[in-house]
Amino acid sequence: MIATVIPFVIGVFCLAVLLNLYRLAIGPDIVDRILALDTLMINSIALIVLADIQMSLGILFEAALLIALMGFVGTVAMTKYLLRGDVIE
Amino acid sequence: MNRREFWLPRPLFSLFLAVLWLLMVNSFSVAHMLLGLALGVFIPFVTRAFWPEQAKVRYLLPLLRYFVVLMVDIVRSNLVVARRILWYPNQLTPGFVTFPLELDDDFAITILASTISLTPGTVTAHYDSYAGTLLIHALHVTDEDELVRQIKEQYERPLKEIFQ
Amino acid sequence: MNGSEMPLLLQLVITFFLVAGAIVALIGSIGLARLKDFYMRLHGPTKASTLGVGCILLASLLYFSYLKGGLSVQEALVTLFLFVTAPVSAHMMAKAALHRKLKCSPRTRKGPPDH
Repeated sequence: MIATVIPFVIGVFCLAVLLNLYRLAIGPDIVDRILALDTLMINSIALIVLADIQMSLGILFEAALLIALMGFVGTVAMTKYLLRGDVIE
Repeated sequence: MNRREFWLPRPLFSLFLAVLWLLMVNSFSVAHMLLGLALGVFIPFVTRAFWPEQAKVRYLLPLLRYFVVLMVDIVRSNLVVARRILWYPNQLTPGFVTFPLELDDDFAITILASTISLTPGTVTAHYDSYAGTLLIHALHVTDEDELVRQIKEQYERPLKEIFQ
Repeated sequence: MNGSEMPLLLQLVITFFLVAGAIVALIGSIGLARLKDFYMRLHGPTKASTLGVGCILLASLLYFSYLKGGLSVQEALVTLFLFVTAPVSAHMMAKAALHRKLKCSPRTRKGPPDH
């Protein structure tokens, strides 16, 4: 049952990623694009975990943790740059 | 500064780091517990110059209960927001609400702001430390005072009991 | 080894979490693509996507706990991290948007005060 439902769940997440890419493309402001990238990161974590379950590996969790980390640090760095014109003061 | 404060500046943080280490290596052997505890003592000791004033957690149990209530609220609020996004995205009346804070502890304010961001259709947008207010953006608001009263009742009052 | 010899109840619970997570995350992304102004769009990803991925990670936790025999808690760490960081990044983005003085939708009841 899990093996049959996972391709559909992956499909739904791919649709979500497409919607994020749409927002990333049309903007209109740069903050919208940062938000779209942040959401893209969160959805890609889900895709990685789903691939992990599908292949019964149980080792892709580190990749998910790293992407979560990089997504957060990247978002904060970009907004910080917009706020102050500098990342590290 | 007594000896305990010098070597173990914040015991709760040390415990948290040890648990985090055990979760990360995903093994509960004695060796990892000792290594986690060593890290929990070492990291706060080395970085203690960078930490702001310590928040005083007076009651640990109400704090845990607060997080359980928060989890339930997150799930419930998601259903509400999902319905709004799917069925009537063009009839929403968003708005900015100023929320006067009664808390004065930084850590408690952080928890409150995060709580507001995670629950029913509200996001904290700005914190004014001079006026002691939070600026909240609500996805759908019909009565600003009612929203402020609800947040005060549900989240600020328990936090005040825990931290002050 | 696959999950076919798992107890039926556990399979049902995991399937439920997978489907629920996918739907909730999709709604968050629909909100991001569809809503009118930036401040409204901020609501979708911060709540819905985080909870959606949280559900998927919970399903993964249950699945690998059964498969490996013993509690697999590493997914809980990712979930915890996501729930702690989502409000912070949302706050930072809202601050940046206020700083750039982005326009609110005309339906907004009360605009942001000047800073």
